Amino acid sequence: MTTLSPIETKIHPALGEWELPTFLPEDQLPSREGDRVIQFREALREAMSEEMRRDKRVMLMGEEVAQYNGAYKISQGMLDEFGPKRVIDTPISENGFAGMAIGAAMYGLRPIVEFMSWSFSLVAADPILNNAPKMLYMSGGQWGCPIVFRGNDGAGGQLGSTHSWCVEGLFANVPGMKMVIPSNPYDAKGLLKTAITDPDPVFFLESERMLGDKAHVPDEEYYIPFGRARLARAGDACTLLSWGRPVHFCMEAAEALAADGIEVDVLDMRTIRPLDIDSVIESVKKTSRVVVVDQSWPFASIASEVITQIVERAFDFLDHQPKRVNTVDVPTPYNKHLEHAYLPNADRIAEAVRSVVNA
Amino acid sequence: MTDVSAGRERLTDQLSDDVLVSWLYDMQLIREFETRTAQAYQQAKIGGFCHVYTGQEACCVGTIAAMEHDDPIVTAYRDHGHALARGMTPEACMAEMFGKITGCAKGKGGSMHMFDKPNHLYGGHGIVGAQTPLGTGLAFAARYQWEVMGEGSKKVALAYLGDGALNQGSFHEAQNLAGLLNLPVIYIVENNGYSMGTSIERGTTMADNLVLKAKGYGIKGLQIDGFDILNVYNQFKPLVDECRDLQRPGFVDLKTYRYQGHSMSDPQKYRSKDEVEEWKSKDSIAALLSHLMSERSAVTEADWKTMQKDIRDRVKKSVDFAESSPDPEMSELTTDVYANPQPNLSPTEDYRHGVRNPLL
Ligand SMILES: Cc1ncc(C[n+]2csc(CCOP(=O)(O)OP(=O)(O)O)c2C)c(N)n1
Ligand SMILES: [Mg+2]
Repeated sequence: MTTLSPIETKIHPALGEWELPTFLPEDQLPSREGDRVIQFREALREAMSEEMRRDKRVMLMGEEVAQYNGAYKISQGMLDEFGPKRVIDTPISENGFAGMAIGAAMYGLRPIVEFMSWSFSLVAADPILNNAPKMLYMSGGQWGCPIVFRGNDGAGGQLGSTHSWCVEGLFANVPGMKMVIPSNPYDAKGLLKTAITDPDPVFFLESERMLGDKAHVPDEEYYIPFGRARLARAGDACTLLSWGRPVHFCMEAAEALAADGIEVDVLDMRTIRPLDIDSVIESVKKTSRVVVVDQSWPFASIASEVITQIVERAFDFLDHQPKRVNTVDVPTPYNKHLEHAYLPNADRIAEAVRSVVNA
Repeated sequence: MTDVSAGRERLTDQLSDDVLVSWLYDMQLIREFETRTAQAYQQAKIGGFCHVYTGQEACCVGTIAAMEHDDPIVTAYRDHGHALARGMTPEACMAEMFGKITGCAKGKGGSMHMFDKPNHLYGGHGIVGAQTPLGTGLAFAARYQWEVMGEGSKKVALAYLGDGALNQGSFHEAQNLAGLLNLPVIYIVENNGYSMGTSIERGTTMADNLVLKAKGYGIKGLQIDGFDILNVYNQFKPLVDECRDLQRPGFVDLKTYRYQGHSMSDPQKYRSKDEVEEWKSKDSIAALLSHLMSERSAVTEADWKTMQKDIRDRVKKSVDFAESSPDPEMSELTTDVYANPQPNLSPTEDYRHGVRNPLL
């Protein structure tokens, strides 16, 4: 009988020889302040381009990524630099090209797949949920799936029900995948570089509404590790936490609350799987109050998950029941005012914080 | 279904007796293996959904014979034949169905999910049609490796599918992508006439000329009698060579028949006993055996008896092996989930690596 030997490498041998980048502690990362101001979309482009320069196995495919320079100009200029064999225009065929990329990842490439919107990934649900995250398990540890799926997530601005999906609530349910939801250009670049160099399938969720956001992004290369939240603002009245675009609504709300003398911790989670619950618990132990903001629907959402974990781990520290602010539990409306009210906006967030602080 | 090479020198005529005898061996091995599989299923030693390959042996053995060993292949859930034809040991295959740690997927895949990295089998896949974009991706990556990275050589990928998968969107998207990007993948429809209880005529258009479907995507297609392994090889090999050389996709409507029900629980009300008997009368193993005995005088009655006995013993041993192998340790439940496990990936689990796959 074969005796089976335990795996002793950090990275699963199904992936072969695999090198992870060096991760520096947060305080040793290059400064977030400076005057090299670029857009969110450029930060994403820099991350992809740097990794494609480093590693020929990395390639980009998706609708309009090459000749059109990207439906949202994220991949602008990449066709010129890398050529049509590495920056590949696909037809509108999400099921087909997502599955194709997964096959390519199994064979040894490290594809980046751009979904014009995560809303359109629903027609690729089978490959991205049934194949990518389960390949390592189903093959008994023979094949992994090093792939990045990325694209716009959440309400883009009056796009209506079909185009405004927040897939995190649905997809983060599946074990085997990692999920990243950055809120700013600096993090987006460092996290995308980590995603491309990670051996597991990564779902990377951007927001059309943030692609034009500008911030300093340093010249030097850096990688941001998964599973580390960023304290975006400090206070001890309440823990306010979110990820992706609503982090900005939280900051707005925090500003308004500060005017009334209510200072809150704002945590930008950055990744959902892994989830830096340790930082959340640390903050909750200080504030004893928590509001979770999530731009997906409330039922069985990430907010539900975060709150469950808080209750499991810090029940005795809570002075008020946790609150969540999700999108309103209806399909996304088209009307501008209705859409604003539907989203977890600053007003709703501030109101939730007041209700737990003043209780 | 005319044999295009009839009257001409056939490719198989240039193959040695040994090669053809090895085909006979592989086909009989699969048949015997599936007989034992069905038995073990009936004894509840194998669980879940289980689909046996009996009747279709010439398809996988004949097509795989035309490939290089490192050409990647991927198939659907009726996958035991492909695994064995590719070189998986009966032990690893049977143990997988018994759910044992010695199985090809450490007992985590089951009958429908046979994976074998050393033999370049990228899985049996349980979702009808899902393997066709994956096979397209194998071809994409293989082409990318020599073209962009300057490594390796020209490969051809095979993506097997059932006739039921002809109607899946994934398959049509896969063909369009392969045609568009010139990918060296051959889609092989193992056309056994039924998807569960639905005959092909009730499921798809142009059922008698499936090649037209590939033509719609600019892909060259062939209709091949998949019950005659010599014919399979003679018609299929030139297509493989062409797809390799020109780095282009191909399509094959491989006509075949399954002798057993769709899965182990199928009363088969949708077809007549006569129909089954008619196909059995043209049995592919019997046909090859007769060729080897009468035309080649390469096998005697006694040889055949010995071979059958060897195979029976070998398969029996694989059942014993599966039976006596241990279940996976409970700790294996949470291994092989992440290649790079990190803290806080799950609220309840702390993922770690377990034991190495027995095939690696
Ligand atoms: C997407 C999907 N739908 C339905 C099923 C259930 N199912 C499994 S096999 C099968 C029939 C497929 O027949 P065919 O493709 O001809 O393959 P064969 O069984 O004849 O080898 C069906 C309906 C499935 N596995 N996946
Ligand atoms: Mg069929």
